[in-house]
Amino acid sequence: MIPLIVIGVLLVLVVLFVIGIYNTLIRLRNQVDNSWSQIDVQLKRRHDLIPNLVETAKGYMQHERGTFEAITEARSKAMGARTVSESSQAEGNLQEALSKFMLVVENYPDLKANQNFLSIQEELTSTENKIAFARQGYNDQVLFFNNKIQMFPSNIIAGMFNFGKRDFFEIENAAEREVPKVSFS
Amino acid sequence: MWELIRANKRNSIVLMGIMAAVLLGLGFVIGLAFFGPDAAFFGLIIASAVWILLTLISFTSGDQILLASSKAKPVSHDVHPQLFNVVEEMSIAAGLPMPKVYIIIDPAPNAFATGRKPESASIAVTAGLLGRLNRDELQGVIAHEMSHILHRDILFVTLAGIMLGSIVLLSQIFLRGMFYSSMSGSRRRYSSGKGGGGQMQLAMLVVAIAAAILAPIMAHFLYFAISRRREYLADAGAARLTRYPEGLASALEKISNDRSPRLGSANKVTAPMYIVNPLKKAKSVKLSDLSSTHPPISERIKILRNMSGGASIANYSEAYSKTTGNRTIVPKAALSKEDVAIREAGAKAEAKEAKQMHQIGDIMRMVNGFVFLTCVCGLTLKVPPNYKHDKVKCPRCKKILDIKGV
Repeated sequence: MIPLIVIGVLLVLVVLFVIGIYNTLIRLRNQVDNSWSQIDVQLKRRHDLIPNLVETAKGYMQHERGTFEAITEARSKAMGARTVSESSQAEGNLQEALSKFMLVVENYPDLKANQNFLSIQEELTSTENKIAFARQGYNDQVLFFNNKIQMFPSNIIAGMFNFGKRDFFEIENAAEREVPKVSFS
Repeated sequence: MWELIRANKRNSIVLMGIMAAVLLGLGFVIGLAFFGPDAAFFGLIIASAVWILLTLISFTSGDQILLASSKAKPVSHDVHPQLFNVVEEMSIAAGLPMPKVYIIIDPAPNAFATGRKPESASIAVTAGLLGRLNRDELQGVIAHEMSHILHRDILFVTLAGIMLGSIVLLSQIFLRGMFYSSMSGSRRRYSSGKGGGGQMQLAMLVVAIAAAILAPIMAHFLYFAISRRREYLADAGAARLTRYPEGLASALEKISNDRSPRLGSANKVTAPMYIVNPLKKAKSVKLSDLSSTHPPISERIKILRNMSGGASIANYSEAYSKTTGNRTIVPKAALSKEDVAIREAGAKAEAKEAKQMHQIGDIMRMVNGFVFLTCVCGLTLKVPPNYKHDKVKCPRCKKILDIKGV
């Protein structure tokens, strides 16, 4: 009788242990997915800010039509991108167009003093930062998750329930690997 | 980063264990001295009761008490968009939910974080800090506070603080009790024990008095050790989150060079929560004494500026050893190899001092619910919240402005 009880208790403990690790893995995977979606949220926010920016700046910068067109075009391309590589290419271009625009702004002191423009500028700076930090945060989460499913004992449970490794976010373009320098404040 | 959090938890539990042992030991010894060997557990019960009571109070309303006593006011995005954005950026970088944001109406530059769980955390900064720092520096300070939340520092500092409070309270009660009972000259009721207990009793009494004097001192040192170590680690975390150690370094430099009067609402209990000790004047911070809750600010700046190879925790630990000559402050498990490049500066030029003071005033007015109106002539009117009328006349161009429409 006693051996049976001991075995029973051990079995229950093992099951509880497995459940605990399984739940941790699920939680971590959700966190990874959540930080990935955070990147999308911020990219979308950048798209939303651009019409506002163009509208505010247009009145002050009549001779910079080319710059505006470049931004608007880059934005619509980025919004229409289907695949991940397409999107990262288009977002890179958009970022470049915005940086150029912000350099041009330096020549328009009236615009730089405009309260409305200043607040859009702050939102844009912050959105650029958030994109960079969201990518950074995503990579942190992926690192932790991948470590977890490779290390003992969680690797056994990960193998049993088919938890796959996740890919890091990497910037293919060498120029973009330099952390985006968006200094418009 | 994750290893750091775990190692942090482990170390804190060990330290808390030692503190708990000190507390219970003190209770036991006092019990022995007061009630005799048969009823020494009374002391244990009293010690535990004090501890549980204080823990309950601080767990149910600890952060509310702290926020209220520091005169912090909750703010929305509109009051200070930059602060709000920077907090959001750092919460994204740390992978934490967005904390509540508070502004303290005080011209002294300082900041603190509170909340036992990341889900219920708050970050509070003073108006003086917002007015003086540029975007990168503000980001550094917020990242430092976010690291406190990420490392679960607030929970442990709070728990350790309660433990310290209990020990101090208990020994105070005992020493005062001793003092008064000897003053009144009454025979101690506990000396009616079995024969031969008298000498033993006296010895116990001496031990108890010694314990009551020494225990709080020991607990203080432990508490300060926890607190200082966590400041360093939060600096390391901030450098890693922002990828820009210079931001925090230059913020700390500005804060330490600041000449405004010390933070009015801070006190001895809340001091360890702030990014720099709000009670010390800038000039005296050089002393690296054991009884300080914060490491010397000049040393923290030097370490951050010595981080050359990158912005990872391991880089910070290297810079720490190089600056102080001590071995690493970071738990070994957290020293994983990580390639974290330092980014370039984002913000530039800053306002003159007079303009900064002006900004600080504006931030305080915003927090207090003033309405800001810009007239067509370019003048900005700041209407206090207790102004009753719907319209106000511009003092420069005499145009009538509508308040309600804004």
